[in-house]
Amino acid sequence: MAVVREITFAEALNEALDYEMSKDEKVIVMGEDVGVYGGIFGVTKGLYEKYGSERVKDTPIAESGFIGTAVGAAAAGLLRPVVELMFIDFLGVAYDQIYNQAAKIRYMFGGKAKIPMVLRTTCGAGFAAAAQHSQSLHALFIHVPGLKVVMPSTPYDAKGLLISSIEDDDPVVFIEHKGLYGIKGPVPEEPYSIPLGEADIKKEGKDVTIVATAAMVHKSLEVAKKLEEEGISVEVVDPRTLVPLDVDTILNSIKKTGRLVVVDEGYPRCGFATDIAALAVSKAFDALKAPVKIITPPATPVPFSPALEKEWIPSSEKIEKAVRDVL
Amino acid sequence: MVVEEIPKETLLWMYETMVRIRVHEERVAELFAQGKVPGFVHLYVGEEAVAVGIMAHLRKDDFITSTHRGHGHYIAKGGCIKASMAELFGKKTGICKGKGGSMHIADVEIGELGANGIVGGGIPHAVGAALGIKLNGLDSVAVAFFGEGASNQQNFHEGINIASIWKLPVVFVCENNLYQISLPYSKQQTIKSVAERGKAYGIPGVAVDGQDVLAVYEVAKEAIERARRGEGPTLIEVKTYRFRGHFEGDPEVYRSKEEIEWWKNNKDPIKIFEDVLLKKGIATKEELEKMWEKARKEIEEAVKFAEESPWPTKEDVVEDVFSTPTKGVLVWQW
Ligand SMILES: Cc1ncc(C[n+]2csc(CCOP(=O)(O)OP(=O)(O)O)c2C)c(N)n1
Repeated sequence: MAVVREITFAEALNEALDYEMSKDEKVIVMGEDVGVYGGIFGVTKGLYEKYGSERVKDTPIAESGFIGTAVGAAAAGLLRPVVELMFIDFLGVAYDQIYNQAAKIRYMFGGKAKIPMVLRTTCGAGFAAAAQHSQSLHALFIHVPGLKVVMPSTPYDAKGLLISSIEDDDPVVFIEHKGLYGIKGPVPEEPYSIPLGEADIKKEGKDVTIVATAAMVHKSLEVAKKLEEEGISVEVVDPRTLVPLDVDTILNSIKKTGRLVVVDEGYPRCGFATDIAALAVSKAFDALKAPVKIITPPATPVPFSPALEKEWIPSSEKIEKAVRDVL
Repeated sequence: MVVEEIPKETLLWMYETMVRIRVHEERVAELFAQGKVPGFVHLYVGEEAVAVGIMAHLRKDDFITSTHRGHGHYIAKGGCIKASMAELFGKKTGICKGKGGSMHIADVEIGELGANGIVGGGIPHAVGAALGIKLNGLDSVAVAFFGEGASNQQNFHEGINIASIWKLPVVFVCENNLYQISLPYSKQQTIKSVAERGKAYGIPGVAVDGQDVLAVYEVAKEAIERARRGEGPTLIEVKTYRFRGHFEGDPEVYRSKEEIEWWKNNKDPIKIFEDVLLKKGIATKEELEKMWEKARKEIEEAVKFAEESPWPTKEDVVEDVFSTPTKGVLVWQW
């Protein structure tokens, strides 16, 4: 068997962008510092040199303007823009173009328009970037009908899901956790796609189900590995796409284990974790042998000091305790 | 611009289209009053020369973005009135299958990228269409319509700036009808003319009398040709006035009856243009009267079509959210 090479999460995303741009002239990349600079996290590195300034467009700091530009280009059927919003926290200055325009145009037009665009953005705490550069706001996108929401946790998933997202005819919000850019994993050189709406069981188990997203998948896997030594078998389910949601895989796992812990870096109220908890109690209540546990940050802004931020981010200890609590 | 320089065909199209918009809007006002057209309805009566003077230069493969006051743009761009009337009623046969209504009339097929319920929301969409035009090497143009109220919105400033730095084939048409609902222009901004803002973005800004369709036509001609030549965007401020309330049902406490009457009597774009056509012998009174009759007939047929059309059904609620068939649950209740 050929050894699959290992590359980083950021490199995997870069390969997906490169492949799509080489395949389809309509695919363009735009955003702040995506050109010569290669994106502040390096995801668009080399694209400017390869595809030029017309297709790799550096934008002014006008998030509503350039996201709206992407919406219009997509609606006109002329381009398939991949737009980079530097931090998900900047959503506020451009939200209308995403949730009222991109998300609703198709429906408002009676299904007579397509909005093939991807909004790539970054989330996640852990870098002492404080309250306006560290959030995980995926719930704000999940909440609004008309957007697909993707949140990968591994380099392999990142490449396959970004390819699918760019080829999808609907607006996709593609959320990259900053803590994952440097992680390495096996990624085939050839292009491949992972369908939107398919969860992945990152580790099989029979005693407890953990549903976790992005960086929390890795923490949950750590906990699962540790508990395995004690004979506690944890199943870790990574939904990978939050809209559409692979309800079947999640419910089947809960029905198998009878116990659920949801781990998410979003805020606790009206978030992804509460959403999955609601799913479990309304669709798998009879299978549940213990109350559902939710592990998220507290309902506070993200603090700056590393001493505080460490407390704020869901820790392995908290996840481990939650698993023991439901057992 | 002298009438003699404009093809007769175009002149008659302009008159007829203004008439069709006028008859349409006045009929919709009645239908709203009768409770047949629900929701928010913003009419274009008095502003017809703007859409028509601009659209006289557009082709089917050109794009426009419209506003909450968008019926005139749609009709002038070549939209089907039967389909839009059914939409205003909320019927299944509507241009948006009854899912958009007055504030979201759109027809991508004819380059009408949509009215918009968010003031200023559509401006960057025209910029995007223009970017697509440029990257695909086409000679189409995009036109963004918006009110003077929208010219204080971020999308106006960000959109024009992007179009300017990327030299995109787009024309920004600001319909300055003097009121942002109740707030008069003088209290919205301190500059005399929105057109002055072109300078801030390094693009030409021109102001024009929006009640004179020939003046609008002339200014639009230059801006659109410039865009088609790849020379970049222009901001046009069209000074106009809405003869009806902001929306149907507006008590209009912010302006006097005398003011409205003065505009109707002295600045009706259809009357002004009619005088020119008659004086220059381009059409006879009878010929013009026929256009009114034809328009009334067209609108009545559209109303009949809308009234007789079926309502959308329960199943339609969950259709048309996404276009790519996708695994997993999209619309659900836990
Ligand atoms: C972002 C936003 N703010 C406020 C409104 C409510 N609103 C609808 S129309 C309007 C006035 C718009 O004025 P203008 O742009 O001059 O257009 P006009 O109605 O005069 O044609 C307002 C405030 C809205 N729809 N969207």
